[in-house]
Amino acid sequence: MHVTSGKNQADEGCIAMSSENEKDGQPSETAVASSEDDKSISKDETKSHEEKSTALSSDTPVSQRPVPQFEKSISDKIASKFGSKVSVDYVRANRIRVSTKKEDISDVAYFIRDELGYDHAESVSGVDYPDSKEIEVVYHLGSYTDEKLATQVLTLATRVPREEIPNPGKDSSRMTSLREVFYSVEFHERECFEMFGVYFEGHPDNRRLLLPEDWADIPPFRKDFKIKGR
Amino acid sequence: MTTQLPPGIQLEKVDDRIMTLNVGPQHPGSGHMRLIIKVDGDYIVSCDPDPGYVHRGEEKMAEYRNYIQNIPHLERPVIHDSSNILYPYCLATEELLGIEVPERAKYIRVIAAELNRCIYTLYWLAIYGIFLGHSTMFMWPAGDRELFIDLLEAMSGARVTHAYLVPGGVRNDLPANFEERCLRQVDYFEKRIKEYQAIFYKNPLLISRTEGTGVLSRTDAIRLGTTGSVLRASGVNFDIRKKEPYDVYENLDFETVVMKEGDSYARSYVPYLEMFESCRIIRDAIRKMPKSGSVRTKLKPNPKGGNDEVYKRVESGRGALGYYIVSNNRPEPYRVKISVGSFRNLICMPYLLKGELLGNMPAVYWSLNYWPVEADR
Repeated sequence: MHVTSGKNQADEGCIAMSSENEKDGQPSETAVASSEDDKSISKDETKSHEEKSTALSSDTPVSQRPVPQFEKSISDKIASKFGSKVSVDYVRANRIRVSTKKEDISDVAYFIRDELGYDHAESVSGVDYPDSKEIEVVYHLGSYTDEKLATQVLTLATRVPREEIPNPGKDSSRMTSLREVFYSVEFHERECFEMFGVYFEGHPDNRRLLLPEDWADIPPFRKDFKIKGR
Repeated sequence: MTTQLPPGIQLEKVDDRIMTLNVGPQHPGSGHMRLIIKVDGDYIVSCDPDPGYVHRGEEKMAEYRNYIQNIPHLERPVIHDSSNILYPYCLATEELLGIEVPERAKYIRVIAAELNRCIYTLYWLAIYGIFLGHSTMFMWPAGDRELFIDLLEAMSGARVTHAYLVPGGVRNDLPANFEERCLRQVDYFEKRIKEYQAIFYKNPLLISRTEGTGVLSRTDAIRLGTTGSVLRASGVNFDIRKKEPYDVYENLDFETVVMKEGDSYARSYVPYLEMFESCRIIRDAIRKMPKSGSVRTKLKPNPKGGNDEVYKRVESGRGALGYYIVSNNRPEPYRVKISVGSFRNLICMPYLLKGELLGNMPAVYWSLNYWPVEADR
């Protein structure tokens, strides 16, 4: 019932938008975005193959967005400490993204907690990338104690290997748990373990949380687990 | 529970003194979840929450539908706070697709969100009342909710599942004479909830059961990453509406409610006091709202977000509610993660119940402002 109504909505939007969009300054933005895209092609070959029909300002590659002063001071601290071990990106206002190898994530996390003042995790998400045979584990960290960091959410991401036939807990999809660093990740990591099959070494309680005890299929949030009828 | 065991297997040491109780999932006092509680006499020695009985895979479902089709099903985890769970989704999608929201729509959204927050809080308060054996406190909030449900019905056409907030604004404009009616209802609502003070919050029975039980210190509240009323009842002044204002919250006049005690009483009192702040916000928003204008920017057909990611959060009835959306140039999001307040507050349940009397379990459990369906998603 709701799905149908949603579809009607999209159709309705389709009629209204096609004429509306030409008028208000969108084409000029298209030009800007695509020229910027051209620059990035040499850096990232895969981008050139993707369609550019969206042509919105959010298409601007992350590395080319201007970084505000405060965010820059944080990202510089991380970059100067860890150098080539991390790549720090400014995603958008108040959001910094730190990507690192899974071997280094514990060190980086300790630094973020002790030196930068982030004190809790808001969420831990897995993102499955079957094409590059990797699963990304993304921590969103925030701060209650530091007033200046209240608006900031720091994204700490790492990638673990992904196996074609998963055997959760026994295969190579594993990384160090951050539970020692951020106590609040305990249940989030348990969820990530059952939904993606990423085993967190050093986690005190690696059991299932949401899935039934007798779940015998592959971890359900992987891309190769399909919803019936879709 | 050693780390050498293969994952998924637990060995349990049997002790004759300790009895294991399964509270739920059928037990009405546990919500849609199970609490595995071990008791020694009357005292709880350990509590292991076992959620997941209402896990519906909302995040997975979102990967199969486009940004517009996702609206109605994403509000399902908390249908009685549906505006607030859709709010960050709309903010995130707007940022992803680069949509500007009309000024009037921003105010309408705030009004809808605050009305919904009150509806949620009263629903929770009704449950809290009945589990402490106070049936008047069940009847009154359940009845007073209708005031705001009627308002949201007039706005959106639906009583509970509004799907009123959409990326780009709100679904439709306010009905005629809404402002007057809303102000009248808010005044009456405020008068009504003032009476809860005398009957519930000053009731010696409630005080004896909740004061000093399940104390969460400020340090632990931060360390456990709690959010919302649980955090603010432990003395941390953190409300996303103030700290990272979205839409028009920075123009509106309200204050954050903070208490220092950190016990069940404070945790149940903070959401109640926040309803007065919500009324303040609604009045202020109606005063400052542009009286006419567009309320919705239409989306393109099958809008696509670039190779991008976004994390947006709002303050819901249960605390911070964030959406992490990864897109990959497709009409459907590549990954949607919903970070909900209930799931984040779940971690302090074993922590707070340890050493508590079994009889105080409902007083502590429901004071966490926890909604199992939202936690499971």
